[in-house]
Amino acid sequence: MKSLSKMAWVESKLFLREPVGAFFTLIFPLMMLFIFGSIYSNVPAGPASGGPQAIGSLIPAFTAMVIGITGMMPITITMATYRENGILRRLRTTPVSPLVVLVAQVVVVFSMTSLGVILLGIAGWLVYHVQFQAHPLSLLGGFIFSCLSFFGIGFILAGIMPNARTAQIIAMVLMYPMLIFSGAAWPSELMPAAVQKVSAFMPLTYVVNLLRGLWINESWGQHTTDILVLATLLVVGVLTSIKLFRWE
Amino acid sequence: MEPIVKVERLRKTYRDTVAVDDISFEVRDGEIFGMVGPNGAGKTTTIECLEGLRKPDKGTLRVMGMDPQVNGQFLRERTGMQLQQSNLPDRMKVWEALDLYASFYPKSADWKVLLSELGLSEKRNTYFSKLSGGQKQRLFIALALLPDPQLIFLDELTTGLDPQARHAIWDLVREVRLKGKTVVLTTHYMEEAEKLCDRVAIIDHGRIVALDTPQELIHNLGAEERIVFRLKGSLPTGFEKAFSGETRVEVQGDRVVIHGKNGRKVPLVSEVVSLLSEKGIQFSDLRTEQPNLEDVFLSLTGRDMRE
Repeated sequence: MKSLSKMAWVESKLFLREPVGAFFTLIFPLMMLFIFGSIYSNVPAGPASGGPQAIGSLIPAFTAMVIGITGMMPITITMATYRENGILRRLRTTPVSPLVVLVAQVVVVFSMTSLGVILLGIAGWLVYHVQFQAHPLSLLGGFIFSCLSFFGIGFILAGIMPNARTAQIIAMVLMYPMLIFSGAAWPSELMPAAVQKVSAFMPLTYVVNLLRGLWINESWGQHTTDILVLATLLVVGVLTSIKLFRWE
Repeated sequence: MEPIVKVERLRKTYRDTVAVDDISFEVRDGEIFGMVGPNGAGKTTTIECLEGLRKPDKGTLRVMGMDPQVNGQFLRERTGMQLQQSNLPDRMKVWEALDLYASFYPKSADWKVLLSELGLSEKRNTYFSKLSGGQKQRLFIALALLPDPQLIFLDELTTGLDPQARHAIWDLVREVRLKGKTVVLTTHYMEEAEKLCDRVAIIDHGRIVALDTPQELIHNLGAEERIVFRLKGSLPTGFEKAFSGETRVEVQGDRVVIHGKNGRKVPLVSEVVSLLSEKGIQFSDLRTEQPNLEDVFLSLTGRDMRE
C-alpha cells in the first residue's frame, strides 16, 4: 500500500511535468469548450441549435474526449517508454509487484482525467452558466466506469507495441478518428448519416452516448448497449493488460 | 561456512549462441568478487542468472542459500542490484527516486543518509536526465543499497565514465565492502578488476579461464618486470652482466630499460639501485613496470582485451 501511494504520487508529478500530456488533458478540453462555446453563443437560443443547453451538452461529450485522450495517449506512451528504456527492468529487481505498477498508472491517469473534467465543468459553469441537472452519483458512476473501460485500451496497446515510438504513432492514428467520429469532439448529429454509421465501430462512441444520457438524467437502463460494450471492454482490458504485461 | 554465492556448472544459450558454458565458482562472504572479460564473454548473463532475471538452461545456483528462480522475492528484498542497462524516468528527481524505491522494501536503509554518503546531497532536486554519467551510477548504487543488503550485484558499473569518476566509484565500492557487505561485479576494465577486486574470474567465450586474486594471477604468469630510468652520462662496460639471473638491458638514448624475470630471490629493483649507486652512476625518473591483468589475459587467451 505504501509503495502504491508513493508510486502514484511520484507518477502524478511526472505526468504534470510532461508538457504535452498535461496540455491535452487539462488545457485542450478548455480550448475546445471556448471555441464551441463562442460559436453556440452567437446562435439564437433553441433546444437543439444553441444557447446554454447546447453548451451544456458539450460537457459530457468533452468529458468523453478527455477519457479518450488520457486512455490512449499517456498510458500507452508511458508504459511503452518505461519498458523500452529499462525503467521497468530496474523496478523488476525490487520486490515491487507488477500490479502496483499497473494500478499506480490507473490511479494517476484517472486523477488527471478527473482534474481535466473538473476544470471543464467549472469553466462551463462560470463562463456559460451551464446548469447541472444530472444525478451526481449516477454521473460519477458512469464517469468511473467509462474511464476504467477505456484505460484498458491503453494497456493493451502498450503490451503489444514493440517500442515507444511505434506506440506513440499508433495511439495517435487510432485516437484522432475516434475523437472525430465518436461525437466526442463535436456533436455526431452534425455529421452525415453515413459517417454516423462509422461511429458504431468506435468504442468511444459508447462513452459519449452513456455520458450524454446520464447528463440529461436518463437512467442506466436506457443505455444497455453502451454498458454491455463498455463492460466487455473493461473485462478484456483488465485480463489482457495483466496477461500482456512484460517487464522488458 | 556456506559461500554466499555458489555457481555449479551454469550453462545458458540464446538460440544458437552459447553465452555461458559450464561456469562454476563461489563467492566468499565479505569479498569483492569480480568477473572480467571482453564484451560478450558471458559476464552479464551470469550475473543476471544470479539476480533471477534470466533462467539458466543447466546448472545449480545458490544465492544466500536460495535458488534465484524459486525464491526470487526473498532475494529481491535482501540483495542490491545495479543493472548494466536500466533507467529512471527522465523527469524524476533524485530524492523522489530514493524515496519511491525505499518504499518497496520491508526494511529499508535511510535514503537521506545514503544521499549524503554517495555525495548526491547537492543533486537532491535534480532531474535524472540532468545527471552526469557518474552521478547516475552513484544514484544506482544508492538504490542498490536501499534494502541494506548483505550482497550487492554491480554490472558494468563504470563503463563510459571518465577516469576521475571511475576512481570515485571504486572508493564507494570499497566503503560498501568495509561495512561487511559482499560485492559481485562485472567489468571489462582489467585495471578495475586488478585495483578493486579481492578475487577475479577471467571469463572468455562463456568460460572461466582463470580465477584467483589479482596478485596471484599476475604472479603465476611468471612474466617479466621492467625497470626504467633516465641516465645522466653513460653506462660502464659490463653493466649488463653484473646482474644475477636472466636479465636483458636495452639502451635507447638516455633511457635504459632492464627486463628481468619475475619471482627472483632479490627483487630486481633493489639490485639495480644498489649497482647504480655502487658505481656512482647518476640517474633519474626510476620506476618499475609490473605486468598487469591485461598481460594475464593476453597470455591466457592469446588475444588483446581491446581486440
